[in-house]
Amino acid sequence: MKFEKKNKVATGIPTASLPDIVFMLIIFFMVSTVFKEFRGIPVRLPEARKLEKLPGKRDVAYIYANNSGQVMIDDRFVEMSEVSQIMYSKRADPLHPLKVVSMRIDQKTKMSVVSSIHEELRKADALNVNYSARTAG
Amino acid sequence: MLLDKKGKLKALEIPTSSLADIAFLLLIFFLVTTTIDIDKGIGLVLPAKGETKEVHKQNITNLLINAQGDVLLDDSPIEINLIKARIQQKLAERPNLIVSVKTDENTDYWIYIKVLDQLKQANASRISIAEPER
Repeated sequence: MKFEKKNKVATGIPTASLPDIVFMLIIFFMVSTVFKEFRGIPVRLPEARKLEKLPGKRDVAYIYANNSGQVMIDDRFVEMSEVSQIMYSKRADPLHPLKVVSMRIDQKTKMSVVSSIHEELRKADALNVNYSARTAG
Repeated sequence: MLLDKKGKLKALEIPTSSLADIAFLLLIFFLVTTTIDIDKGIGLVLPAKGETKEVHKQNITNLLINAQGDVLLDDSPIEINLIKARIQQKLAERPNLIVSVKTDENTDYWIYIKVLDQLKQANASRISIAEPER
């Protein structure tokens, strides 16, 4: 006599909800993706060990400066005297008020350029700065 | 109307079997384009305009950097790598020590960052940036 097992256990991973899972992942990545708005002038950042993270990308202003004294903000070359004006208007932005100024300065830049930027930032009362650097080693 | 051979209504459905494939394709696109590069750097708070404070001379340490990258800590030359240890010592003696960093106009930025990094590594929280010598 032959006996048959009555309750067969279904094997195989159910794939019916696979699209749902994948869509959820897509939505996560779509929301978290922030496309870079601008590139700036090419700079070689200095190296440091004790680095802090920037809070987020939206409330950060980037200032690029290189060793020939060129300053770039938002993909535009600006005069040193304009920096405080730009920073002031950024701080007054109702949607994303400026919190931190990220200074991406080439490692070979002279301190006279850096201190001029400091001076301009102080005029605009944008006092929180972050010197962008690479991880050493 | 779509009828089959027997004259019955055919089931009208969008085929969903390839939905997962399409979704995966989109997922891979977003995975590739997402750049989670967090900017890192040395944080510092600049002094407000016109803000001057009287500080006891004992509570301040002067760090001078010249154009050649030599560092002078309280009038004695010091290697950049040794600043961390010296400042830690000083901080142990005086917890509210202010470190004043002064550079020359022609000092390279990377030396300044290197010195700041040393101070940060020594957990010096009160760092003051003086105007460079002209």
